[in-house]
Amino acid sequence: MENISYNEVNEDVVRTMTHTTWKYWVALVTCAVMATVLWGGAWAYQIYVGQGVTGLNTPTFWGIYLANFVFWIGISHSGTLLSAILFITATPWRRSIYRSAEAITFFSVLTAALFIFVHMGRPWNFYWTMPYPTTRQLWVNFTSPIMFDVFAISTYMTSSVIFLYFGSIPDLAAVRDRVTGWRKPIYTYLALGWRGTEAEWHWLSKSYTFFAVFIIPLAVSVHSIVSWDFALSMVPGLNKTIFAPYFVVGAIFSGTAAIVTLMVILRKSLKFEKYITMMHFDKLCLLLLVMSLLWSYINVVEVFSDWYANTSVENETLRYRMFMPPHSYMYWLMIITNSIMPLLFIFKKLRTSIFVCVVVSIGINVGMWIERYLIVATTLPRKYLPNMWHGYTPSLIEISITVGSFFFFAMLFLIFVKVWPSVSIYEVKEDIGIPMRKGFKRH
Amino acid sequence: MSGILTKLKDKLQSYRVPGYRTKFEYKWTMVVDLDRCNGCEACVVACYAENNLPVVGKRDCDISRRFSWIRIERYIEGEYPDVKVKFIPIMCQHCDAAPCELGCPVYATYHNQDGLNVQVYNRCVGTFTCATYCTYDVRRFNWFTYKWDSPLEQQLNPDVTVREMGVMEKCTFCIQRIRVAKDTAKDEGRKVTDGDVQTACMQSCPTDAITFGDLNDPNSKVSKLAKSPRRYRLLEELNTDPSVIYLKRVMDEKKGHGSSHG
Repeated sequence: MENISYNEVNEDVVRTMTHTTWKYWVALVTCAVMATVLWGGAWAYQIYVGQGVTGLNTPTFWGIYLANFVFWIGISHSGTLLSAILFITATPWRRSIYRSAEAITFFSVLTAALFIFVHMGRPWNFYWTMPYPTTRQLWVNFTSPIMFDVFAISTYMTSSVIFLYFGSIPDLAAVRDRVTGWRKPIYTYLALGWRGTEAEWHWLSKSYTFFAVFIIPLAVSVHSIVSWDFALSMVPGLNKTIFAPYFVVGAIFSGTAAIVTLMVILRKSLKFEKYITMMHFDKLCLLLLVMSLLWSYINVVEVFSDWYANTSVENETLRYRMFMPPHSYMYWLMIITNSIMPLLFIFKKLRTSIFVCVVVSIGINVGMWIERYLIVATTLPRKYLPNMWHGYTPSLIEISITVGSFFFFAMLFLIFVKVWPSVSIYEVKEDIGIPMRKGFKRH
Repeated sequence: MSGILTKLKDKLQSYRVPGYRTKFEYKWTMVVDLDRCNGCEACVVACYAENNLPVVGKRDCDISRRFSWIRIERYIEGEYPDVKVKFIPIMCQHCDAAPCELGCPVYATYHNQDGLNVQVYNRCVGTFTCATYCTYDVRRFNWFTYKWDSPLEQQLNPDVTVREMGVMEKCTFCIQRIRVAKDTAKDEGRKVTDGDVQTACMQSCPTDAITFGDLNDPNSKVSKLAKSPRRYRLLEELNTDPSVIYLKRVMDEKKGHGSSHG
């Protein structure tokens, strides 16, 4: 990255925000329309008619919505957590990828939070889960894992937005100095009067470090809490102590895979080949490999503890998940994509191949979605009393909302790359080093 | 420092209701004698009539959304010709350590001073957590706002709420009847006595298989039945501490044939 000048970095990043091709507009409009129709339309219909439009039934009260909720929370764990960990360990290859990774975090937490409302029977009463002095003279139930969720997710969302914003202030100032027209006042406002003095840099780095340290335990606790939604129940197949680490590892795994996929897209579409290099993919893929091994280990432990318990209910859950179609197909597909395919990354040649990266990372996310789906869809239909056993098939409305959520996420991300510097200008400059006059050698 | 801590501790403890979860004003208990039960489902019908339960229709029944708060579970054991059909009526077990109460974020389901696990429809936001956590699958959800075709709405019980879509509900031990009994007893300046409260299922049972009463009263019928050697509670190993006591069916057991069925 040494042959780039400071000016070039600024120009490159500002160019992505001001120069827009028709392809971008087509993509944005498609995503917006699809999100509105597939998610908004279907959700409006569901609110009007009732939760009965879903495929949910008496033992299976949680379905694809909860799977999506956990999936999007999982994706969110890539960005902020990864960015914070890499920041604290002073990993240089973090610099050009962390901004978009943090944006992924915010948008996926937002999508996940919306899924809580989608799955509720009376979403218009959502504010009853907030602890506030009310005329109903009612406090909230602090023993409820759903209550933990409310606190965990709102805290996580707030702090990841602040983390994203703090890290962007110098870049917003750089953008402010370069744009003209209607953009100028917006970025002037967003840059908070940043001038780049020594004191400002000092306080920025202080507060940024504070947030990085603060966010790591927070992110780990958020996904542990999400897992307790399930683990604190008495449903066979859900009430496991391994669930918290299982979810955290799964979250980082799927989140990193999502970053790899989006990096490839960003690199191609915004012509960021200079900044996102093969070295970045190499490191991210190594991380994926490690996470895959960890995930496989925990998965084996989970199955083992079920098998070792050897109670009729646990055995039935295992049988229902692993050997009964259609869930068995999904289960073994998940094993292939999450445990076997990432093993390709053992070889450096494959780690640095864009094609392999895309295939494996998309495969991992498909597998991780299946994992979350199987967690709800194979345990709840097989609870204690066999008379009530009943399978679950998602309805068209549920599938439509699920697909719509991906468009919604894509829409948010597309808007992001146009309004926010998607690569950290000032930290990429740290990579380049101090500019020298022509003829002098760096180092 | 220790003075402040003691004060704080006393203050915190003063907020607690002493004996919460262990001592109740009444301890409403149901005893179901499976030796008497013949599986006629009259209790199910009575429950539909008493508690304004909607009839959901064929499609929703097919995907397991029937509304019966009490159901007769039927199990078939063995191969022909040695076949046994077993059945057991199951309703909300009103667990004293209820998993559903743990899960509800808005206290729509909680334990009241009578040892009942009650459901407040107006508080429910429909997170499904209670129903997911329930180990007996007795909770029912209003998937739609169900309608009664005219003139069927005329037969709705005025003592019981008609629920709208999006709320969870379940067997209440006919709490409206318990309320009436308690009010009457209060007016007469006494405690509710045995036999004052009859649940709909108990009232309609032709074989008197269901008994309902106060377990705190040592002379009540349920207290006596609860001492039976045939007593057991459903899924007791899960430590939910249910308030419904079953008396095991022993009349089918073949004596002297070395058979262990039963």
